[in-house]
Amino acid sequence: MTAPTLDVARIKADFPILKRQVHGKRLVYLDSAASSQKPLMVLDAMDRYYRECNANVHRGVYTIAEEATAAFEAARAKVARFVHADHAHEIVYVRNATEAINLVAYSWARANLGPGDPIVLTQMEHHANVVPWHILAAERGAELRWISLTPDYRLDLTDLDELLDGAKLLAFSAMSNVLGTINEVRPLADAAHAAGAQVLVDACQAVPHLAVDVQAWDADFVAFSAHKMCGPTGIGALWARAELLEAMPPFMGGGEMITNVTVDGFTPNEIPWKFEAGTPAIAEAIGFGAAVDYLDDLGMDAVRAHEKAITAYALDALDRRFGDNLTIYGPRDIDVRGGAISFLFAGIHAHDISQVVDEEAVCVRAGHHCAKPLMRVLGVPATTRASFYVYNDEADADALVDALARAERFFAI
Amino acid sequence: MPGLEDLYREIILDHYRAPRNRGELPVPPAHKVEGFNPLCGDEVVLFLDIDGDTVADLKIAGQGCSISQASTSMMSGAVKGKSVAEARRLIRAFKALMSIHESKLEGEGDGEDLRAELEGVRLGDLEALQGVVKFPVRIKCATLAWNTLQQGLDEAAEDS
Repeated sequence: MTAPTLDVARIKADFPILKRQVHGKRLVYLDSAASSQKPLMVLDAMDRYYRECNANVHRGVYTIAEEATAAFEAARAKVARFVHADHAHEIVYVRNATEAINLVAYSWARANLGPGDPIVLTQMEHHANVVPWHILAAERGAELRWISLTPDYRLDLTDLDELLDGAKLLAFSAMSNVLGTINEVRPLADAAHAAGAQVLVDACQAVPHLAVDVQAWDADFVAFSAHKMCGPTGIGALWARAELLEAMPPFMGGGEMITNVTVDGFTPNEIPWKFEAGTPAIAEAIGFGAAVDYLDDLGMDAVRAHEKAITAYALDALDRRFGDNLTIYGPRDIDVRGGAISFLFAGIHAHDISQVVDEEAVCVRAGHHCAKPLMRVLGVPATTRASFYVYNDEADADALVDALARAERFFAI
Repeated sequence: MPGLEDLYREIILDHYRAPRNRGELPVPPAHKVEGFNPLCGDEVVLFLDIDGDTVADLKIAGQGCSISQASTSMMSGAVKGKSVAEARRLIRAFKALMSIHESKLEGEGDGEDLRAELEGVRLGDLEALQGVVKFPVRIKCATLAWNTLQQGLDEAAEDS
């Protein structure tokens, strides 16, 4: 049987923005690790909601309100199926992965962690999975411990048992937004559970690019954002097992999250609505469901196979053209990395690189990628990052290489 | 549409490749002040030797993009040996240079107040940085050195 593949030419046609020209040139979008582009079917689903059944959810008994509620909840069920959750009510809608992690930090962690309780993180975390724990540590005196990196940009698990000793939580990314490194979740979850710790997975980069099964992972909390997986901004998900969500206190108070309110107090709603105070991002949730449908149609195994191929092609092309002038920060083994390629060009700052390649309509990210602790470990102030997704092909990788060659000439000493 | 040559003028690339006044001064008597651009990790370090009312000596260190580092180098040449009052006037003039285009874009008047700041101030090479205003994201790169200098002068004034 041949490996599943993607018809990238057809996929490109699904994304209206990719027809656009910038500076008179074809748009080459290589910043999907920051935010992906959106296919027409996602835009249409959101448009249809506003045009045909715009109404608040879980309130009105009239027809269009029922349609809106049905579409909103159907999207939740799609998202649940997509990550192999047991029940739709184990998916809590949030604004993004950052909010999902903050929800866990404010609700679960504040109810369960006290002074001196260790939280284990890794040196490759995004600020979203660092700062909420710094805030908690400052407020509750929790202790932060850090898993370091190996020379080939993977987690150094040599002292894992020691780090997990007494820990209450292990929180880590399933795929680094800077290095591309894929961290295998199950062994880490097993080690954490053996030590009595809960496991939070920042799956913001993993869910868009890999087939994810939260039950096979045996994680306790999984956070991800729609906008990195062909969906809209402003919506994301926290997955946790029903028992765990039920035991957690509410995060924000307001409408929707209650079953009863009196002058003396309130009774929280059932999960997941207990955590969804206020009118939610309804159109965005519906768009989230459409994005899941889109990726389901492509098939996540095919998505992964395509990304391995295009990433290998790009790594090879960069190596061949620039040799030692370009340093790549991330694993070279394509089986343990995703499509985010971070690099440093000898003598040229990342910002200058991204400015020059923009002239060629090539979109790459420059900076610390919201991972300053990692930048410190790598010993660099900033990197340039090109990241590949379902709509990128070899011509896009070639355009990157040509644009970088122009930057090299421009800044030549 | 602004082109790269508006941003990367030859004089800017020259300062980037061969920064002036690079080094350190003993602290004290010099004041050390650091500035960061949290967006991109640009870093500017200034060592200021303030003798009475004069910026007697100034050394620069740090790392970052060509715009931030060239601006730092050009700033060092512009304020070294000048009075503190003149240095502050240059800071205001440079910031005005960096905001005229922005304020016009936002429709906040015609920039007359900002032009008044520039009146009678000789920016010399620094005017090469004016092209930066066409690239709004990079304005913070250009002003980092100047904000850091302002902070350094303020701190030095408090200490004395």
